[in-house]
Amino acid sequence: MQTSSQRTEAKGLKIPIFLDNMSTTRVDPRAMEEMLPYFSEEYGNASSRSHPFGWKAEEKVDEARARIARLIHADPKEIIFTSGGTESCNLAIKGVCEIYREKGDHLIIGSTEHRATIDVARRMERQGFRVTYLPVDGQGLADLETLRKEITDKTILIALMYGNHEVGTIHPAAEIGKIAKEKGVLFFCDAAAAQGFAPIDVEAMGIDLLALSAHKIYGPKGIGALYVRRKNPRVRLASIIDGGGAERGMRSGTLNVPAIVGFGKACELALQEMDEERKRLWKLNEKLRKGFESQLDYVHLNGHPTERLPNILNMSFEFVEGESILMGIKEIAVSSGSACTTATLEPSYVLIALGKGVELAHTSIRFSLGRFNTEEEVDFAIKRVTEAIKRLREMSPLYDMAKEGIDLKSVTWKKE
Amino acid sequence: MRQVYLDYFSKTPLLPEVREAMIPWLTGQAGNPSSLHGPGRKSAQALDEAREAVASLIGAEREEIIFTSCGTEANNFAVRGLAAAHAQKGKHLVISSTEHFSVLYAARRLEKEGYQVTLLPVDRYGWVNPDELRKAIRPETVLVSVMHANGEVGTIQPIEEIAKITKEQNVLFHTDAISACGTIPVDVKRLGVDAMTLAADQFYGPVGAAALYLRKGVKIFPFLDGGGQEEGLRSGTENLPAIVGMGKAAELAREKMEKRNRHIIRLRDKLIQGLLSVEGVSLNGHPTRRLPGHVSVSVPDIEGESLLLALDLKGVSVGLGSACNSKALKSSHVLRAMGIPDRQALGTLVLTVGLDTEEADIDYVLKVFPEAVSTLREFSLQTATNK
Repeated sequence: MQTSSQRTEAKGLKIPIFLDNMSTTRVDPRAMEEMLPYFSEEYGNASSRSHPFGWKAEEKVDEARARIARLIHADPKEIIFTSGGTESCNLAIKGVCEIYREKGDHLIIGSTEHRATIDVARRMERQGFRVTYLPVDGQGLADLETLRKEITDKTILIALMYGNHEVGTIHPAAEIGKIAKEKGVLFFCDAAAAQGFAPIDVEAMGIDLLALSAHKIYGPKGIGALYVRRKNPRVRLASIIDGGGAERGMRSGTLNVPAIVGFGKACELALQEMDEERKRLWKLNEKLRKGFESQLDYVHLNGHPTERLPNILNMSFEFVEGESILMGIKEIAVSSGSACTTATLEPSYVLIALGKGVELAHTSIRFSLGRFNTEEEVDFAIKRVTEAIKRLREMSPLYDMAKEGIDLKSVTWKKE
Repeated sequence: MRQVYLDYFSKTPLLPEVREAMIPWLTGQAGNPSSLHGPGRKSAQALDEAREAVASLIGAEREEIIFTSCGTEANNFAVRGLAAAHAQKGKHLVISSTEHFSVLYAARRLEKEGYQVTLLPVDRYGWVNPDELRKAIRPETVLVSVMHANGEVGTIQPIEEIAKITKEQNVLFHTDAISACGTIPVDVKRLGVDAMTLAADQFYGPVGAAALYLRKGVKIFPFLDGGGQEEGLRSGTENLPAIVGMGKAAELAREKMEKRNRHIIRLRDKLIQGLLSVEGVSLNGHPTRRLPGHVSVSVPDIEGESLLLALDLKGVSVGLGSACNSKALKSSHVLRAMGIPDRQALGTLVLTVGLDTEEADIDYVLKVFPEAVSTLREFSLQTATNK
């Protein structure tokens, strides 16, 4: 029985402990505070210039645009608001494909990109584009020599994310940007996972298009942005949502003022607190990893040991299914595989791309830490997860066999 | 000075009840509805409930509602998605000439991709002529899109009649019902439409949530690719707080529509009557078949923008032509399509009455409006004499 001790241990902790911040985050109260007035008295359509309600809204939108631009070292005019990261990825890739089709029909896409990028790339393939899916090494890093070789005079776009959403591996964006510039190819970087957790400089990194999402950095859902470079080169995009002509004609529709205000504040906070927060998260991250490694055998870190987002720890716990772990640790919210694909029981394509094999992919858990997580929560998580895995392994014949020194690969399995 | 907001068409304010329903989803640790853990499942349930409420408002099934980020997106989705999914039948669209820019521009985009688009004329009230529609439909027509109510002039279209024709001719029918939904009774089954757009910020819900109704069995081409949300048709993490707000707003609209409209129509009629008593002022749109809170008036030989600013100085906020296009000062395409001459069209204001409007607001507007008009008229007379 563990219920009574559970209660004591959990005292002071808010259950469930949310270690799934990469799927979505809670809005920071400071962002919320700035948003709230725009849900009520400050109503007004930002493009409606005709009355003071509208003027005030427009001012706040401009301020938010500037705050977002500052986070990535861009000019505010280069920020296009969208409904979120997925729309940003769709707009970047579909928008470039439509405009630059005459120049070429070839795209290079990272094989561990977010579904929003992978699925759009597949759609482009069906529309006659050729797509090269760039392989990654065992730690999730794309091979830049291969990238260089794959670029042809028909290549119009390289899409490589900055930080990976599942394993956290950070791509050397500046080097990729340099190669893209050399070859005269546009570079789209999905920073929805990395924003706020790793410094971004679109100028220094030679990024032409960059996707951002507010709800991953304690801003509201329903708002994101696409950075679109205005000079050297001036990137052109075909819109996917047409109408009133807002956002430089690249994205029409009524601006979501409260969400934009919250997004702006979230970016400002992320920038202000990034250095401190990165250190704190790394400490928690290392604690979590070492906690598992010291108490459990057959555990593996997925992703790069150092070139990694400080908030992500993806580990495989051999012999126990990720789903079973989820069920076994109800007090802790984590994810097995990518948040957007958890509804299906397919192994994560990201881990498969890292060459982890189906077994390790199926036994993986992603812990994603956030601003509101404390050391106590991490301690609790280590304890609970370790207990759950030990318990599950007690029931696992595979684990027993491995302990007895039987090489599982040599076993021939009989079908029942 | 009294502050009067008569620009409900550009955006309705959020109702306190709706805001209350949204706030826990904004401030709490809400999970991603796609996640398997407790917080995720709780979010998925809230999403379901909101979908149910939105479906109930328009007499649809839950599975027929696809959430989008705004009405403009839903209109683009409908026009481009339906055209693309049924392109094997043909590449011809019929849309009315008074559609919102989101429909017009989406159609224009399709033209660049090799589609043909027929723009249907309207009469002086903004009505599409069913006979003209019948004539415009060809064997290769895949889609007809005619808005339910026009937000610029307030006219309500005879949607049922149009749907009868499209059904008879076996053509898909989309209606942009952004201005109508939540304001007047709209029932997709009774109307007989295949697809319909609605937006929360037109019925006291939040911005950031809108929906496309798509009749069961109708194929559409996915709009945003990615995580596979909304049955794979519209990917992207759901904007749950806004969607919850839309659900609550839909519920309230359904319950209180009649009561709301009694108040709003009475004030609107008083406003129309008062404004029409000012010399030269004319009403745009249909005199009776119009949206409950909607007044569009033209004052000949006065610039709408000057009048708007003059009213603004008196604390009265009104709209100018199309709210989404207020950065361009030219005669609205809707008024032009209705045959309103430029000298009248350029002096057009849209005054929309809403829930919070009081009788005293209308009295105040009816006092300052004639004053503003005569001041501007004197001024333009002076400039004319000085020339």
